[in-house]
Amino acid sequence: MISRIAGREAVQKKGWLKTQKWLLRRRVSQLGILGLFLLGPLAGIWIVRGSFSASKTLGVLPLTDPLIILQSFMTGHTVAAKALIGALIVVVFYAMIGGRVYCSWACPVNMITDGAAWLNRRLDLKKSLSMSRLIRYWLLAAILVLASLTGAIVWEWVNPITIFQRGLLFGMGLGWFLVAAILIFDTFVVRRGWCGHLCPVGAFYSLLGFASILRVKAKQREQCTDCMDCFTVCPESHVIRPALKGDAHSSPVIFSNNCINCGRCIDICPQNVFRFSKRF
Amino acid sequence: MDTPKNNIDEKQQKGSARRQFLTETVPAATGALVLAVSLGMYQRSARALPAYAIRPPGALAEDKFQGACLRCGQCVRSCPYDVLRLAKLGDDIPTGTPYFISRQNPCRMCEDMPCIRACPSGALGQSLPTIYEARMGLAVLIDHENCLNYLGLRCDVCYRACPLIDQAITLDVRVNRRSGVHTLFIPVVHSKYCTGCGKCEHSCVLDNAAIKILPIEQAKGELGKHYRLGWEEKEKAGGSLIPELLKLPIRRPGDTP
Repeated sequence: MISRIAGREAVQKKGWLKTQKWLLRRRVSQLGILGLFLLGPLAGIWIVRGSFSASKTLGVLPLTDPLIILQSFMTGHTVAAKALIGALIVVVFYAMIGGRVYCSWACPVNMITDGAAWLNRRLDLKKSLSMSRLIRYWLLAAILVLASLTGAIVWEWVNPITIFQRGLLFGMGLGWFLVAAILIFDTFVVRRGWCGHLCPVGAFYSLLGFASILRVKAKQREQCTDCMDCFTVCPESHVIRPALKGDAHSSPVIFSNNCINCGRCIDICPQNVFRFSKRF
Repeated sequence: MDTPKNNIDEKQQKGSARRQFLTETVPAATGALVLAVSLGMYQRSARALPAYAIRPPGALAEDKFQGACLRCGQCVRSCPYDVLRLAKLGDDIPTGTPYFISRQNPCRMCEDMPCIRACPSGALGQSLPTIYEARMGLAVLIDHENCLNYLGLRCDVCYRACPLIDQAITLDVRVNRRSGVHTLFIPVVHSKYCTGCGKCEHSCVLDNAAIKILPIEQAKGELGKHYRLGWEEKEKAGGSLIPELLKLPIRRPGDTP
């Protein structure tokens, strides 16, 4: 039996809506971005053209995935100005706001892996293969080296983020198998396996947001009752401890650049310990 | 000054750093390496594009293209005739890259080249003064047995469909040896003009097209670099480089050398 369902106490204390506040906002953001892309092919309303790897909004605003640009650069290709400007806008935005805000507020795969994590908790699957969270950084290095060795953007052959999003816009092919594989892997093999351990795109945005402004802060950490709900729901649970359980002199701000700024800890805490804040 | 206690702490710390290296960093690096190598081999094995898939106009050479194309699909969206599509996972074309199948939907050769203008990365980056300089592939009349014009009929559909009629495809007049009194009008493709748009293949009336667009390197032969064509050299030099009439020895059967 599940001894404690994370969030139940918060719902009793704060009400359902307040317990889902940031989660609902994130879903609106993720689905909204996807919706803007889908509006073109489905309804013929062309606000955004292209896909996550590169797009143009309202015919003026170019946005480009900086990691793909980096790989393209590694292959030796001279990237055209249009794509560079788009990448620069994305880099500046996420470096300021919070690198992995991309993961929690824009990336469509997050909805799949969040679903897997939820399923994992509901099925009360205690076993989870232990895997280093460092693999993603090595993988990031590997795909860059691979790009320069092969002269091709090899990662894009299998990148689940762009394959999933592009699939919804242009046709999925075998993409559903990839989506199912991630769902199964995250649910049954490694808890938070994809986004929290393997994804080199997440690793890239982690590095990008090392000094970003938006941070979660355990502002009222003295109120903590050690219910562990935040640790249970946090996709990068190692980031909480230093801020929440540090000594009196330590900062209550979550400085780890692995924090994806999803705000689920804020939602789930019955004591309202956490809130969004600035890094300084 | 080191007290004994500090020494032990330091040793423990060193030990835990080593343990962490062995239990975390090494497996992580190995795992990433295995994944990367298999990905690289997969990529290597599928380097060449299948012959039916043609890249959009202005596309860089295939090996360069795979490092330049961002797989965003803006070229696909910009095409007014929905010619282009993006390769799906599982296709034998690199995932997410644009292509078209000329037999199904050929390039209409828009004069303003919207696909090239939409490309943000320079993957469709060949500087084309006009769409007529595009070289997406090359038409080849592959089947000389079933092509209706080869059979002596006046089909001519590929010739009529060609946007560069009488330049990219001409009709070569030959004797019809079967009937002895009729003429064959043989479609002949000229690589100097053919853009590889695929209208000929699209319009071919056979169930399986007799004329097909092929990647240029598959369609064209290449002369040895040392080859010189006599008539061209003659024109360049303004006259024959050797005496017009060569005196060759005459040998008859029975002559002993």
